[in-house]
Amino acid sequence: MSFHFEARFGAIGGQGIITAGAFLATAAIMQGMNAVQSPTYTSQVRGGPTKVDVIISEDEILFNRCTKLDLFLATAQRPYDLYYTDLKDDTLVILEENLVKNVREDGRKIIKVPIIELAEKEIGLTVTTSVIATGIVVAVTEIVKPDLMKEAILSRVPKGTEAINIKAFELGYEVGKKYR
Amino acid sequence: MSNRKGVYTGNELIALAAIDAGCRFYAGYPITPSSEIMEVMSKELPKVGGAFIQMEDEIASMAAAIGAAWTGVKAMTASSGPGISLKAEHIGYACITETPVVIVNIMRGGPSTGFPTAPSQSDVMQARWGTHGDHPTIAIVPGNAQEMYYETVRAFNLAEKFRTPVFILGDEILGHMNTMVELPDPSELDVVEREIFQPKDGEKYKPFDMSKGDVPPMGAFFRGYRFHLTGLNHNEYGYPTIEKDMIRQQQERMMKKVENHADEIVKNELFNMEDAEYVIFAYGSTGAAAKLASKVLREKGKKVGVFRPITIWPFPDKQLDEVIASGKYKGIMVAEANLGQIIYEVERVNKGRLPIKDLLKLDGTPVSPTDIVNRFEEVF
Amino acid sequence: MAGYINFEYYLRQDYRNLQWCPGCGDGAILQAFFRAVHELNISKDDMAVVSGIGCSGRISGYIDFNTMHTTHGRPVAFATGIKLAAPDKYVVVFGGDGDQTAIGGNHFIHACRRNIDLTIIVINNNVYGMTGGQYSPTTPTGFKTQTTPYGNYDSQFDIVNLAIGAGATYVARESVLKPVILTKYIKKALQHKGCSVVEVVSNCHINLGRRNKMKSPHAVLDWIKEHTVPLSRAKKMSEEELAGKVVTGEFVEIEKPEFTDSYYKLCESLKGE
Repeated sequence: MSFHFEARFGAIGGQGIITAGAFLATAAIMQGMNAVQSPTYTSQVRGGPTKVDVIISEDEILFNRCTKLDLFLATAQRPYDLYYTDLKDDTLVILEENLVKNVREDGRKIIKVPIIELAEKEIGLTVTTSVIATGIVVAVTEIVKPDLMKEAILSRVPKGTEAINIKAFELGYEVGKKYR
Repeated sequence: MSNRKGVYTGNELIALAAIDAGCRFYAGYPITPSSEIMEVMSKELPKVGGAFIQMEDEIASMAAAIGAAWTGVKAMTASSGPGISLKAEHIGYACITETPVVIVNIMRGGPSTGFPTAPSQSDVMQARWGTHGDHPTIAIVPGNAQEMYYETVRAFNLAEKFRTPVFILGDEILGHMNTMVELPDPSELDVVEREIFQPKDGEKYKPFDMSKGDVPPMGAFFRGYRFHLTGLNHNEYGYPTIEKDMIRQQQERMMKKVENHADEIVKNELFNMEDAEYVIFAYGSTGAAAKLASKVLREKGKKVGVFRPITIWPFPDKQLDEVIASGKYKGIMVAEANLGQIIYEVERVNKGRLPIKDLLKLDGTPVSPTDIVNRFEEVF
Repeated sequence: MAGYINFEYYLRQDYRNLQWCPGCGDGAILQAFFRAVHELNISKDDMAVVSGIGCSGRISGYIDFNTMHTTHGRPVAFATGIKLAAPDKYVVVFGGDGDQTAIGGNHFIHACRRNIDLTIIVINNNVYGMTGGQYSPTTPTGFKTQTTPYGNYDSQFDIVNLAIGAGATYVARESVLKPVILTKYIKKALQHKGCSVVEVVSNCHINLGRRNKMKSPHAVLDWIKEHTVPLSRAKKMSEEELAGKVVTGEFVEIEKPEFTDSYYKLCESLKGE
């Protein structure tokens, strides 16, 4: 069976999760794999539930939305409730522990991290939440090489924000390593 | 232009393909989920000396594109369902004046404002009959990122070849997804250039000449000859007419220029069909889901193939009829992200020969491969 | 003023299915337009004439230019596309009061705002003529029409003020009774770089006059003569004296950046990127 990985990140509009999904897909492409990033959002630009599906595969990707998740990550309760579908029995679940309180204990492995608190305290910017999250994901899953992930981030972030985004990724990566 | 490999959204691919196909005029109005097409055009067109304008409304954007087309440029507009409803007035004008123009509809839910940014395939019949009166329609339904690019180029070619508006019906999933695509060098593309009529020996230009085949030669303003265009029924010269034979002949020619050339316009992908026992008929992103569903079903021992139209209008009557008439298949399942539109076309062609089942879904989420697998196991 | 003009030169010789009623103002307006084009020595090949729907809409069919008879109210939108794609050509719009200030009001004001180099000639006969005499946004108060059978209780647009407010950079108004002055305004509008609006106060005895005790073309023209006042005279009149009057003359003639000019300057600056 050739390599195939599906991830879904659920968040609140404005947290930058769609871009975070694009970082991961871009890094996977740099690593020589096929990848798609497919967002879903409402017309509410800020504050509405948002998700992004990322599929990474050695094969041609026929359909660009996830059908069997390997990883599910949510940074708030509403997107957690809304997008908690398409999971397998062994899907890894990563949650923002202060904002997702009502958690389904359904036997799946759950990692709880205070991601927003990290963003506020360690980086000083809440908008870096999603980049920290991708750091955790990359560390836990080892799905792409961290250096390529940094390269992908640098290729897509606005000028002047490079350093802070890399710092956020590295923070997430260090935190994530503990959960391997 | 050296490195054209990159990560693009479907909407970006449409805009870049349009420019590569020679589009040099864009008029539009902001609407989700198609706005990114206009955003890319606003950035790229001025660089190549093409014209970009954000108009006061959707009606005006369609009008401006038609006006520009008659100066000799390839023109395009893009919108989503509610905007296409407004453009309908001038889509009819483009049909009757036989104006080559490309109209992109990144479909979302409806009717009315509907479900912004949620995917649907509810506008396929709007594309066919959205403007009033009898008129031809060419509409393309790309099913993946590659096709968002290459089918846009084909849309421009068909518009030129048949002198008629051509729709690209994308959906929100295809429009917004990011994926890696390697764009070709524009010089490698098969692009149909506009052939603008040039009179010989003081010959009068007839914009609706019936003596030169089904598609009259395309003229342009400011080229040393003058002519008239009108939304009224008209004669060969474009002048209004109430002469019944002329009206009938012109109307029929306008319809037939697409009907008679359906083989040059229709395009399908047949996936896993060789040894299949059942057929899933699906298009656009649902067509992509059907392909994955077919693989999953085959793993479960069900021999399922996919008939995926890439041109939805004209409808692939002949090609679908051949599949049904082959006697190889036991049934067809039509899957679409609406409450039943194209299924009636499939039934029309089928003429009761094979059992037809449906998977119709309209809840703001895409038709997924899982939906198709589950429904297939339920009905066949 | 130049002398003899062969009007037939500007008229199509292979199409003349005239839809206008005898006594209509459209013919006189067309004459003024031809005279302006002739005196400016503009080539017929270098001009596009775009019209909407209604009696004025038929103008494009009769005249020998690059012509487009479009949809109701939208000629300005089509013309905008033509002008942006062919910025060095003359683009003229003919529209009526219903065409330009009701169904096409949005396109009209936005062309003015953009200051795109169009010459918009609005033929204001205060009524929907072709559809059989319904009231328009310029039908005077009290007038009877097919849809104001008890007299018009609705309010009016002043086309000149509308154009000025929206940002047109040449705005003039004259009646069909003064073809020489009208010709002068159309000439200036054609020469002006930017959005020019010329309102022509015209007559419709069939669908406006007939229902308002003005059965003949002359009766309507007399009414126009009575209620139009040249700007020079209007300046000396009191507000009470000006009530119900329509002031004619040139109202605005200013220079502002023109849309296509700004756009192609931008293209030039991006060359090689």
